[in-house]
Amino acid sequence: MSETGIGASVKRREDLRFITGAGRYTDDIDQPGQAYAVFLRSPHARAAIGSIDASAALQVPGVLAVYTGQDLAADGIGDLPCGWMVKSKDGSDMIQPPHPPIAVERVNYVGEPYGLVVAETLQAARDGAEAVAVDFDALPAVVDPASAMQGDQLYAQAPNNRCYDWELGDQAATDAAFARADHVTSLDIVNNRLIPNAMEPRAATGCFDAASGDYTLYTTSQNPHLARLVMAAFVQVAPESKLRVVSPDVGGGFGSKIFVYAEETAVTWAAGKLRRPVKWRAERAESFLADAHGRDHVTKAELALAADGEMLGLRVSTIANMGAYLSTFASSVPTYLYGTLLAGQYKTPAVYVGVQAVFTNTSPVDAYRGAGRPEATYVVERLVETAARELKMDPTALRRRNFIQPADFPYETPVALVYDTGDYEASLNRALEHVDYAGFAARRDAAQARGKRRGIGFSCYIEACGLAPSQVALSLGAGVGLFESAEVRVNVTGSVTVITGAHSHGQGHETTFAQIVSERLGIPFDSVEVAHGDTSRGDYGLGTYGSRSLAVGGSAIVKASDKIIAKGKKIVAHAFETTDEQIDFTEGVFAERDSNRSMTFGEVAFAAYVPANFPLDELEPGLSEKAFYDPGNFTYPAGAHVCEVEVDAETGVLEIVKFVAVDDFGHVINPMIVAGQVHGGLCQGIGQALCEHGVYDASGQLVTGSFLDYCMPRADDVPSFVVDTTVTPCTHNPLGVKGCGEAGAIGATAAVMNAVTDALGVKELAMPARSEVVWRALSAA
Amino acid sequence: MYRFKYQKAASVAEAASLLDGAEDGVYLAGGMTLIPTLKARLASPTDVIDLGAIDGMADISVGDTVRIGALARHAEVAASAAVRGAIPALADLAGLIGDAHVRNRGTLGGSVANSDPAADYPAAVLALNAVVHTDRRTIAADDFFKGLFETALEPGEIVKSLAFQIPRRAGYAKFPNPASRYAIVGVMVADFGAEVRVGVTGAGACAFRSAELERALAGGLAAEALADVTIPYDGFNSDIHASAEYRGHLVAVMAQRAVAAAIG
Repeated sequence: MSETGIGASVKRREDLRFITGAGRYTDDIDQPGQAYAVFLRSPHARAAIGSIDASAALQVPGVLAVYTGQDLAADGIGDLPCGWMVKSKDGSDMIQPPHPPIAVERVNYVGEPYGLVVAETLQAARDGAEAVAVDFDALPAVVDPASAMQGDQLYAQAPNNRCYDWELGDQAATDAAFARADHVTSLDIVNNRLIPNAMEPRAATGCFDAASGDYTLYTTSQNPHLARLVMAAFVQVAPESKLRVVSPDVGGGFGSKIFVYAEETAVTWAAGKLRRPVKWRAERAESFLADAHGRDHVTKAELALAADGEMLGLRVSTIANMGAYLSTFASSVPTYLYGTLLAGQYKTPAVYVGVQAVFTNTSPVDAYRGAGRPEATYVVERLVETAARELKMDPTALRRRNFIQPADFPYETPVALVYDTGDYEASLNRALEHVDYAGFAARRDAAQARGKRRGIGFSCYIEACGLAPSQVALSLGAGVGLFESAEVRVNVTGSVTVITGAHSHGQGHETTFAQIVSERLGIPFDSVEVAHGDTSRGDYGLGTYGSRSLAVGGSAIVKASDKIIAKGKKIVAHAFETTDEQIDFTEGVFAERDSNRSMTFGEVAFAAYVPANFPLDELEPGLSEKAFYDPGNFTYPAGAHVCEVEVDAETGVLEIVKFVAVDDFGHVINPMIVAGQVHGGLCQGIGQALCEHGVYDASGQLVTGSFLDYCMPRADDVPSFVVDTTVTPCTHNPLGVKGCGEAGAIGATAAVMNAVTDALGVKELAMPARSEVVWRALSAA
Repeated sequence: MYRFKYQKAASVAEAASLLDGAEDGVYLAGGMTLIPTLKARLASPTDVIDLGAIDGMADISVGDTVRIGALARHAEVAASAAVRGAIPALADLAGLIGDAHVRNRGTLGGSVANSDPAADYPAAVLALNAVVHTDRRTIAADDFFKGLFETALEPGEIVKSLAFQIPRRAGYAKFPNPASRYAIVGVMVADFGAEVRVGVTGAGACAFRSAELERALAGGLAAEALADVTIPYDGFNSDIHASAEYRGHLVAVMAQRAVAAAIG
């Protein structure tokens, strides 16, 4: 292995600019003549919009315009669409209420934009926003998802506030499994609402070139091509050929920057109206309201078992909160990214899940790190752990009893997925070694002697990543294919520019992808540049989410690199007056078989662009190749997470004293980056378990609207993680990789809550397990 | 933030006169509350009068009392060998406020004058029977905190320094809000030999002395003395982080820990 090749912990080349303040984020990019937008946001969870009087605002010095939803509608600006059509079990389409970027008649959540003020300065725009007078007729709000179907009907199209009533699995077979079960474990689970809080708030600058009629949008997007597609095809701001979307350095996304929102749309449109650039950057308080939230499920889950611990059936009923509107991929999260994962790592033969998605007067809910798979893992792993306790079995033994075995792959689950490979016991065994499971009883006793209660919890998760085989996704209602594109452009002097449709907002693609290309083409790491995030540079791309960048985007890069090698062989064959079958390519050198003639990669690059006597009908000049890679299946990262906690019984304060994560991501390109991804994911999973919670009051006001009340996990809330990997290579992509971006957030939450409930000796405990929740559980026990 | 006139006072007298001359002026010390309030456009003063340049307002001296200038930063108090030598619990308390940024900007005077119900210093002011020295008079600790963000200070009155009584021993225990790291409950226990004083912050509308705890500790500092104390929590703060009942429980637990810290 070279120091910069596949498998090496190469330091992230992008970090130098990030840590020296040289990164270029959307808000760092200013345009000549730029104006500033401030959005008018609803103070009500639900209200009819009466008159909007902008006359005083327009008198504020510097204010250029005040736009309302009517203005956008009058210009033909369309609704923000949801890109995944989910059908109810009766075959009907999901209900998609109109979602104008700027509200027209009604506002349906606190923070929903109903207008924008554009001014010469940010200060003037703020002053103008305060001077706009609006008549709201407040209406009763529906806030709680559990009772939303009984609440006031929010949309004429949606009786019972229901978006869809979806199911997956064989209900009759599942019911039969329960009928013959010796034991049934049931749990009521609330998967708490989370607010993403990327370090960089969302921002957008719309630009309009009056000469060409072209629009450019600089924005914080995880998928700029998708933003362009949606804004062109649905919102109809401008045709794709007239719209360029640039997503420069982006400071974290976690899903929240996948979606196409009101603000990006409105500033682009406003730039055309005003014929000058219009910039908006969210305040943190705005981000809390205006970024799509995550999770928010209410679930009843039951597991049927035989007396010996064999898992016979799983039955799950979930209410999923969509918030006030369907965000870009909201409908897919509690269905195809959730129900399909309920088999977990187990051979449970019968699984049935019903999901009712409901509308409420809260911020829209969509994919957040893990998206559906953390919710599924939480259901399965809380159930399995609880069942083991009820059956008085060791929780690891119950899992082993039911694991899908290496010989069973490919394994078709009862919920529509085919797992290609895995070795779940290998991960669990390694995790148990790291955590010293045998020593746990002694550690618990020692803690007891110190007045602390110690618990241990496990989570053996699986996820479907590498989103996604287009054929499967499209058949399930996706509105777009989910392949990825790549271009490998060899420059005349032999350096290489790689253009990927994936987008890096913290993942380290500029390093990882360069490692792949450098190894594949046998050229120095420093000769490879990776470009992304600009629709004018790459043909197309689906962006970064669902742990797809390496498995799908990296595979496209491999495919394009292999085309470069093939073309290089043709060039060399021509030079040597032989056939390309006679040319071998190894470590950057093209050599003629059974001869001592060879050309280096650099010589071939130069020859490609100085085509002295190419047979032009057979061999084109140039050395630049594109590839689109569409995966044959999802990838299935899986692993075993083990958590140990200690509880201070006097206060209810919890401390995570050990956390071991052993993950199978297939082959690993850069172990340091993978460890970093796992650390970050674990923090978010732990955050959900212990402290993060988006709370609305009964009137629909967001109580946790700032960091004073929304508790982010901090460095001192987590232990020094033990992170390790086992490897079963993915069977269907050229790198044998599975993806690592979400695993931490998917696996950790259940491990923590299993440990907490073990320490407290309780069956159920609400997340987040704040100290008062723990203290009350102890007081009640 | 709205437009305002920024003025830097060279002396306490000048600050007072600048405020007098302003239509709607405010003093700026560390700005830990004022600046976020301005940024959120929740206040629109005409004039902001910065006290930061006034000479001698951040001095720390130890004699019969520990006297700390109102503009002393929390980090300075936490790091002061003189404070630590005389009242280690006070230095400990200062080191637990907020985070490093806050401790390097926030001031003693600002904290005390603001009477935030979740601020740490007020517990020490009460437990250590401090005297608040202003530009007009001295105010005893027991007369100082009046309610939520309310003190005995008159409009325009400037806190110049606080003189903390030096106890035989003292301890501070804080239960931080996990999100903001303000005190959900903070208890300082100070043993003066003849009396034990207990200041509680975070639990009520403003900091207060706990009669129950002081009664229980009247016979001297001992953790066992608090074993059966229950704190009436009627009227305590209640929010998503801690109910009034839980705060009441935490006051008792933090008191035990403060006693343990004091005993050492």
